[in-house]
Amino acid sequence: MTNEALIGLIFLPLLGACATVLPGRFATYLGILSGLAPLPLLLVAVTLSVAQNGPGFLELGGWAAPLGIRLFVDPLAVLMLWMVAIIGGLAAIHAWCDFPPASPSGQRFWPLWLLLTSAMNALFLSADLFNLYVCLELITLTAIPLIALTGSKTAVRAAMRYLLLALLASLLYLLGVALLYNATGTLDLYLMRDALAAAPPAAVVATLALISLGLLLKGAVFPLHVWLPKAHASAPGPVSAVLSALVVKTAIYLLYRVWLWSVPATVAAEQALTLLAILGAGALLYGGVLALLQQRLKLVIAYSTVAQLGYLLLILPMASSGAWPVAWQGGTYQLLSHGLAKAAMFLAAANILHALGSDRLSDLQRLDQRQPLSLFALAVAGVSIMGLPPSGGFLAKWLLLDAAFRSGQWWLLAVLVAGSLLAAAYVFRILAASLRRDDPTEADPVADTKAIPNVQTACAVLLALLALAAGFAAAPMIEFIGPGAPGAWSRP
Amino acid sequence: MSFGWQALPLYIILVSVVTGILVFMLGEQRQHTRTVLNLAGAILKLALILIMLLAIQAGTTFEFRLPLLPGLDLLLHADRLTMLFATLSALLWLVTTVYAIGYLEQSPNRARFFGFFSLCVAATMGVASAGNLFTFFIFYELLTLATWPLVVHRGTPEAFAAGRIYLAYTLAGGILLLVGLIWLHALAGAGDFILDGSLAPIASGNENALRAIFVLLMLGFGVKAALLPLHSWLPRAMVAPAPVSALLHAVAVVKAGAFGLVRLIQDVFGFQLAASLGLTDLLAWVAGVTIIYGSVLALKQSDLKRRLAYSTVSQVSYIALGVATGGVLATIGGLVHLVHQGLTKITLFFCAGNYAEAYGIHKVEDLDGLGECMPVTSVCFTIAALGMIGVPPMAGFITKWHLGAGAMAAGAPWVILILVASTLLNAAYFLPLLQRIWFRPLTEEIARRDDRLGRIRQVALIAPTVFVAVTALAAGLLAGIPGSPLFWVTRMVGAEGP
Repeated sequence: MTNEALIGLIFLPLLGACATVLPGRFATYLGILSGLAPLPLLLVAVTLSVAQNGPGFLELGGWAAPLGIRLFVDPLAVLMLWMVAIIGGLAAIHAWCDFPPASPSGQRFWPLWLLLTSAMNALFLSADLFNLYVCLELITLTAIPLIALTGSKTAVRAAMRYLLLALLASLLYLLGVALLYNATGTLDLYLMRDALAAAPPAAVVATLALISLGLLLKGAVFPLHVWLPKAHASAPGPVSAVLSALVVKTAIYLLYRVWLWSVPATVAAEQALTLLAILGAGALLYGGVLALLQQRLKLVIAYSTVAQLGYLLLILPMASSGAWPVAWQGGTYQLLSHGLAKAAMFLAAANILHALGSDRLSDLQRLDQRQPLSLFALAVAGVSIMGLPPSGGFLAKWLLLDAAFRSGQWWLLAVLVAGSLLAAAYVFRILAASLRRDDPTEADPVADTKAIPNVQTACAVLLALLALAAGFAAAPMIEFIGPGAPGAWSRP
Repeated sequence: MSFGWQALPLYIILVSVVTGILVFMLGEQRQHTRTVLNLAGAILKLALILIMLLAIQAGTTFEFRLPLLPGLDLLLHADRLTMLFATLSALLWLVTTVYAIGYLEQSPNRARFFGFFSLCVAATMGVASAGNLFTFFIFYELLTLATWPLVVHRGTPEAFAAGRIYLAYTLAGGILLLVGLIWLHALAGAGDFILDGSLAPIASGNENALRAIFVLLMLGFGVKAALLPLHSWLPRAMVAPAPVSALLHAVAVVKAGAFGLVRLIQDVFGFQLAASLGLTDLLAWVAGVTIIYGSVLALKQSDLKRRLAYSTVSQVSYIALGVATGGVLATIGGLVHLVHQGLTKITLFFCAGNYAEAYGIHKVEDLDGLGECMPVTSVCFTIAALGMIGVPPMAGFITKWHLGAGAMAAGAPWVILILVASTLLNAAYFLPLLQRIWFRPLTEEIARRDDRLGRIRQVALIAPTVFVAVTALAAGLLAGIPGSPLFWVTRMVGAEGP
């Protein structure tokens, strides 16, 4: 049952994508619905099974590793899959209004969207580095046309920049994988640890450097984030939401898998993790400052993504300390709450952009009257991004601070504090711009505002409320996530 | 986790949250429904608190627990200190709601105003009933979030500038508080933080860590309590409408900070431990300096509301001073001032709002002869001003008497000097106002202005003012009878022991 569900998670969206390109409206609708609607149901089965039996492998075609290809499912993968299902699902409902399946724009949009969903699901489940390369490549190659879909000059230019850097990243990653295969003879993430320990150190260093560099570039980790803000800000709303909430996280997820599951816990590895955390700290500070300087709402939110990704790397140097379980809980909870909150913000920003015809901060005034619900979504999601209670972001920040304290990494504490103050500054800058009223005599501010479909508003609000609800539902979820990476890294 | 009768503190918070959400959803136009809803929410909340008060007298304990993180719960409970703060805030919320309905009669964005107004009071209730510091922090930060839209309500550049300063101070304070809490959590382990004296067993060997934690928490609470040098957001926040100022000063923000300081000394560290680490002296000195400094600056203000704001800076520190001096009497003085200052200061702000609304008066110089045109407001102002100064037998006198006697008993005679100096300064900045109001002739320019209050607004603004003034007067005059704030506080301190 679980095995079928896992395969369904990958292949239903893939088959759906194929169906959408068939002629006829019926095939399009069928493809979208059959590709996306069953995912939550399948996930329930997977979740129950993982909660009951723990992590497990699935050998495709009955071939055992290292000869065959395996799928691996554990609580972290389940969490990511749920994020794809929920955030991707709500973003898809939002996209339904802007890209109706029967329209020409819809004809281009939905096959890409379904392929992207399939590729992300496959990535979270694959245990094999070459398979993962294929998934990464597929994600990039579907995300880029989605960004450029509007055809505007800025969007195409941003997509082009993304494409070139992402191809470079893929090349680096692939080179690393080839070296690895040469040195160890295996590509299975979960068999690699012993093989790497026995391999010549120079090859190991080169391999890990290449793979990590590729992933850092794809994950837009500071200072390799240059492609992200423009690409995420010029994409259509639901695409921005999925890019920021899910796509960049795929690279971070793989970094976690490589460094925490596959690399032997040596002193050198610990230093590498500290280096990654320094990059995370740079992202948090640099992204925060840049977000403060932007004049457009979507760019603020995009730079906020650059900053918030930093949190995910900050936990790494605690991998070998006694504080690791807490750090891991904080990291994964940040993964989830940032995803929900950021998707809510991008969808709300898309609504605002549609309604006002502009997302310049100076044009946002009286937003509380013109787009009250979108502003509500923006504000509630903003609370989570700032890490203020009550929200998932707050609980994540509490756990991260707690872990930094317990492991005695004072610099992490300082970075976390600075990062949240910066986040508060840029979020409140948006809110202040929205409450301003320059001309008190202005008669009817609602007149020049275009109406937004209720469904689109509801998607943004729902995601924001989920981010809020994450502030109350953490205990069972954290219990499910468990202590994180097994074996060498975790010393209780 | 139980959602039964025991979870009443949760429901009291939810009453305000639901009121706020419904007000948002009603939108701007449905004014009558909104008014009914606001009043119904405020009355229901007050009724629930009175029921809870009676139930606690009968020996019921209230507790609501929701696990948020492994080992960390959202814990709401109701002890005597909770009830003191909760009753005060619920009563004054009702009064301020009536006042605000009149005050904002014609102004825009009322739905937004009343929505956040309710959320603000919900957060205050949460602060009052928090059963551990984690819960306290959640509501304390929520209070910051809910008040910001009220501070910037007017939407002018000055309002946003004030809002920025307010956020800069309170969010920075919140971060310090958070770091302090995390440290305490790492040191003392999980469990309910607010447990009298539970830190004592781990104190030896950790003295300096505990001192640092205390200072962090003190700074975190001190920002909202406007302790020197963290006070400068408060006078700037005066750009907000009068009911907001009244609420900020008397019930919500400033009080939440002061309440946090009380909890810190009484429940987190326990007076004995805090005193043995030399921390109560620190707080007492900071509070003492703040009292004098706030009063001196109040003297210099020519804007009426700013003068009142600096007066708040000074008066709120009495609470911290009393609790930090320790001993039964001084603690009574500090805690009872939580109520006395609330009642008195809200009266003053209502009066200032009335002057501003009726004749557009903001400056101290323009108060000349107003006793003639606005006798009721002016009498209320006089009562409250005398109460602040501490003229016997007003409420302020009761406070100062207990503080002074307590200071002698605790062997801290310097506190008396602070009290004397502060009283003189209070007189110096309030008596000239009274002299202007009652004994100067009305200036011609003001006499030419029309009274801009309509008849309905007159009732909505004057009635709450009279009510709080009479309550403030009664709190002093009738301090000796059962049911007075002094009576409650005395029983509380007597029962729990300082």
